[in-house]
Order: sequence, then structure tokens, then C-alpha cells
Amino acid sequence: MNLEYLIQLTLSGMTRGSIYALIALGYTMVYGIIQLINFAHGEIYMIGAFTALIIATVLNMTGMPGVAVFIIAMIIAVVYSSAYGVTMESMAYKPVRRAQRLSALISAIGMSFFLQNYVLLAQTSDFLSFPKLIPRFAFLEGSRNFLTSTQVVIFAVTAVVMVGLTFLIKFTKIGKAMRATAQDKTMALLVGININQVIAVTFLIGSAMAAVGGVLISSHVGQINFYIGFLAGIKAFVAAVLGGIGSIPGAVLGSFVLGLTESFGAGYISSDYEDVFAFIILVLILIFRPAGLLGRAQSDKI
Amino acid sequence: MNNAVQELKKSLITSLWFMFLTFPIMVIRVNTVENIIRWRWSNMIFVGIFSFVMSYFWRGMLKKKERGDKLVDFSRFMPSKLRNLDIRETLADKKIAKPVLIILLLAALVFPFVAGMYQTSIMTTALMYIILGLGLNIVIGLGGMLHLGYAAFYAVGAYTYAILHRDFGIGFWVALPLGAVLAMLFGMLLGFPVLRLKGDYLAIVTLGFAEIVRIVLENWNDFSSGPSGIANIPRPSFFGMKLPLPTATIYIYMITLALVFFTIFVVRRLENSRLGRAWEAMREDAIASESMGVNITTTKLTAFALGAFWAGMVGVIFAAKTTFVNPASFTLMESVLVLCIIVLGGMGSTTGVIVGALIIVLLPEYLRAFSEYRMLLYGAVLVLMMVFRPNGIIQKVRKRYTVDISELSSGGSNE
Repeated sequence: MNLEYLIQLTLSGMTRGSIYALIALGYTMVYGIIQLINFAHGEIYMIGAFTALIIATVLNMTGMPGVAVFIIAMIIAVVYSSAYGVTMESMAYKPVRRAQRLSALISAIGMSFFLQNYVLLAQTSDFLSFPKLIPRFAFLEGSRNFLTSTQVVIFAVTAVVMVGLTFLIKFTKIGKAMRATAQDKTMALLVGININQVIAVTFLIGSAMAAVGGVLISSHVGQINFYIGFLAGIKAFVAAVLGGIGSIPGAVLGSFVLGLTESFGAGYISSDYEDVFAFIILVLILIFRPAGLLGRAQSDKI
Repeated sequence: MNNAVQELKKSLITSLWFMFLTFPIMVIRVNTVENIIRWRWSNMIFVGIFSFVMSYFWRGMLKKKERGDKLVDFSRFMPSKLRNLDIRETLADKKIAKPVLIILLLAALVFPFVAGMYQTSIMTTALMYIILGLGLNIVIGLGGMLHLGYAAFYAVGAYTYAILHRDFGIGFWVALPLGAVLAMLFGMLLGFPVLRLKGDYLAIVTLGFAEIVRIVLENWNDFSSGPSGIANIPRPSFFGMKLPLPTATIYIYMITLALVFFTIFVVRRLENSRLGRAWEAMREDAIASESMGVNITTTKLTAFALGAFWAGMVGVIFAAKTTFVNPASFTLMESVLVLCIIVLGGMGSTTGVIVGALIIVLLPEYLRAFSEYRMLLYGAVLVLMMVFRPNGIIQKVRKRYTVDISELSSGGSNE
């Protein structure tokens, strides 16, 4: 129980938390606007990671420097994931928007199966190793034991994405339109907001963030397969619910709580039960705060 | 003419979009071990042609749906006499319904003797899923609570039999009610903490509960033998006699069939009971039903407990049928599968659940020729189904109370 071990666990918890946050934001934004659990969101993250892996491997052979490859692969992954997200929305969710909520959920589950098996069939079921692209930073030499350069990149990119998202939601026109749509769709329509466009943009932003998360975690873990999206998606969803689904700061807070819980639980108690800790903390928090940490309890109108 | 050109243009754009979209994953195949890249340009051509054709149909179907037309008009293929027949009304007629049911029953009874062992085994699985579907239907279809942890109760039933047999040598017939009751207790255990939760919060907590059960089974080696599972569970015995494998298969089929009838009977009676109506009232509006005297706490708990009961029972049958249990059989996938059965068949409808279970279990079995593609098709079918027929194959007929208006007005004039 020494201090170094504690720091190491905290940092690894923060790393997980950052990745969960990047995925959970997509869940929570989509939920805030159309009240849909986008079950296929984890698959978008997986597709982002796969696209990056493919592009990076191809570019690596041309002998480009690692950092350049990383940035290009990341950009292409973001573009493709966003494209998948928007296409998915217009095909599987838009036609069921007016149907009962369970239909949209089943449609999302179907989409998740489809995308998983699409990647499985078009690529492979084996684990593919993700190329090492992030160089070892010189200034980290002293603290190499518990902080890798990939972790530093994860923290930095996550922070930049969070600040960017906050700016987008708070100060831009589309951000305002998104907040308005989340509050009241009919009213937003009446004041001239193009709801379809707002929903498409929400999916686009959410998918882009998921892709960033996918590329980052793949370069951290070092290998991916078609199934990685499933558990990541579930965990991120837990994080979003933990923080209060629909709330953006809630998703970030929930993700870090979840990441740290898992990390400490695995480190101090038992790594076999790592996933159990995630769900136990979820159940505990929801018993005492049924709308999540930062969610507002909705009172029913009678 | 202009319209047709426009349609072609739209399809062309869609097809180009999909060619772009699938480019990295369909065309490039990397081997990261040997650093070899294969370019599969032919795939791109397939995607282009396929999406071109599909987008044409897709838009046509969506338009039809918006107009409210029937998507596929089957009556065109029927002889003229049958064309104006309303199937539901015909079946509601007792004179026709009875013989139809008897024929179906006889067919189900004769089936294992006609079909082979393999077919019987598959059909038993389908029957098991009918019971699971009917059980989950109590929680989701009637109670309106989205439950994503049904596999946990299924696991409780299966492990009850496996562990009780391993440690105490208990047989199938004792384990069957025990597994069901134990699952029911687990249902109540889950019910208490989630009483206050609604909608998606409920969904994620039930999901979490199921995952906890599965992970504990996977890691608690002394209790459940961990991921390797428990083997050598005996098949049910016939009055103490051990049956040879082909007879045992038929025997399990018959037991499951009998339980299906038992389930249908009980669920039907429940639906029309005070409790069943309370469930439906709670689903429609919890606050209103509470003010009408429905006790929400007990109503919710009974829904969870009675839903779990059937899962526990099927769990015991599962353990006896496969003679082996391990945690991998009780993943979230299993819960989702049962959910899909309900939604595909038509929520709340008993016939719907039966049809849904038969489709979900039998379709992949008979699609084995395309076994690689079956999960892909399965996902696509779910999406298509929700887009074009969101209420399921067989929609539940809700109870209607009709008032004869002429009687009312004549009653008024008498005064």
C-alpha cells in the first residue's frame, strides 16, 4: 500500500475515465436530444479504432514519421466514424423516431449486431496489434514507472476535446440549437430550428468523440478486435447513467468516478471482479440518487 | 420520366456514399503480423451495386409506409375466396379455433417421432425460448419495465440444478420447482433496490445485476467451478429409469412442451386477473393507477418475481438438456435475444411471443448455410422490422368495452 502504487492506480483510473468520458458524451448527448439509448455507439468507437488501425498500417509502410501517421489516422478515423454515425441515424433511427421508445432501442441493438458482424466478416475475428505511433517523450524519463507518454497524450487530447465541446455547446449557434432541442422539441421547431439537422450534428459530434476515444485507447492497449466496442459501450453507458443521463458534466464526472472505482477495486481488492465494482457503484448511486449524480429528478405532471 | 431520373440519381448518390463509407473496412485488409496489405477492389463494386438496388427499394418502402399502405400485399397471392378473410376474426370463432389448436397440438406431439433427434433438439430450444419470452413478457409487455437482465434468472435456475446435483445428488424433478422458486427469490431481491427507478435507469441496473451474477459465477471457483462450468448433469429420469439418448431427447421435448402449455395457461389467467390488469394499469400510468388503489410496490415486485419464475424453470431444463452449464451461456446476448423475441413477435401478445421465439431460434438454425452471415442478417432483420413494422408481427388486441349507444338513448327517452 505504498504511495507509488496509489499514484499508479489513480493515473490508470484517470486514463480509463478519460476514455469512458469520450464515449459517454456521445451517449448522453444523443439521449438528451432524442431520449434514445444508442446501443450501437460502442460499435462506432470500434469502427473508429479499426479505421485508424488500417490507415496507420498502410501509412506506416510508406515510412512516414510516427506522429504524422498518428494524426492522419486519427483525422480519417474521426471522419469515417462521424459518417457512420450520421448514416446510422438516418437509416435506423430517423424512421422510428415517432414509434414507441422500445422500437428505437431494438433498432439500435440490431444496428449494433450488424456493425459488429460487418467488421468481423470484412476484417477478422483475431486481435490485431495496433502500431506503436506515439514516441516516448523525453521529459517523462523520470516518471516512466507510472506514467507513459500515451497516457499523457490521452489526458491532453481529452482535455482539449472537453474544452472544445463546452465551447461548442455554450457559445455557438448550433450549440444553442442543440440545447433548445433537448429542452423542448416542438418549441424548438416553432422558433425555426431545423431539428433533423440538429440531431444529425449531435450524432456527428458524438461519433467523432467516440472515434477519438477508440484511437487513443487502442494505442494505449495495443490490440483491437471487432468486439471491443461492446464492453466499452456498456461501461460508457453506465458512466453516463451514473452522472445523470442527458447531462454533459454528469457524463464526465460519472466516467471518472467509474474509472477510478474500477482501478482501485481491481488494484486493492481483486482484479477478477473489476467489472462487478463498476456495476455495484452504479446500483449504489442509483439507489440513493435515482436520477444519477448530476441529473435532475423529474417530477411527473398529473 | 423526370421522376424516374430523379430516383436513379438519388440511388446513385446513396451508392456512392456507401462505397465511400465501406472503403477502409471492406477494401483494405491488413495483416499486422507480416505487414501485408491486400486490396479487395471487387468488394467495392459489390457494395456499389447492392446499395444502389437496396436504396431504391428502401425509399419505395418508406413512401408506402408513410402513405399507410400494406408493405407487402399478401392477399394478391391468395385465391379470391380467402382474400377478404380476416384471419383474426376467423380464429376468434370458436368453431374454427378449436380444430386448428387441436391440429397444432397433435403436430407438436407427433413432431419428435417424425423428425430426427437433431430437429427435436432444436425444437426443444425453441420451446424453451417460448417460455422465456412469455416470462419476460410479464415484466416488459404487461408491466412496462425494460428489463435487460433476464439471463441472470435463467442462470440461477441452471446453476441451482447443477450445484444441487453435484453436492447433494438432487434429481431433475426436485430441482425444477426449486430452481424456479430460487429464481423468483432473486427476482424479488433485484426488485427491491430498483423500485424507485424508471425507464432507462431500470434497464441499466437490471443489466448490471445480470453482469454481476455472471461475473461472480465466473470467478467463484469453489462454488460454481468458474469459467469451466459444471459438467455431467444428468438428463431427467423417467420414474427412476435412466433413458438412452434418443429417448431422453424426446422425453425432454415432451416435458418442455407440457411446460409451454402450463405457461400459456398460467400467463393467460394472470393477464385477465386483478393482478394482470394492475400491471397494465401501472404500465400506462403509474401515478393514476396508484391513485385508483393499485399498490405499486407489490405490483412491481410480483411482476419481477413471476417473470423470474419461468426463467428459473427453463434454466433447469437447459442444464438437463445440455448436461453442462458454464457462465458463457448467460451473457447479455441471451437477455437481448429474449427481448428481441418479444418485440419481434408483438409486445404483450402471447401468440406473438410464440411466433417470435420460433423465428428467432429456428431462422438462424436453418440459415446455417449462410452461417457466417446469419448474425449480420439477424441485425439487419431487427432494424428492418422496427423501421417497417414496429409493433411486431402479431399485434396485441387490446380489450375493448363497447357500449351500445342505441340502448343508452332509448334508456334516456323512457324517463
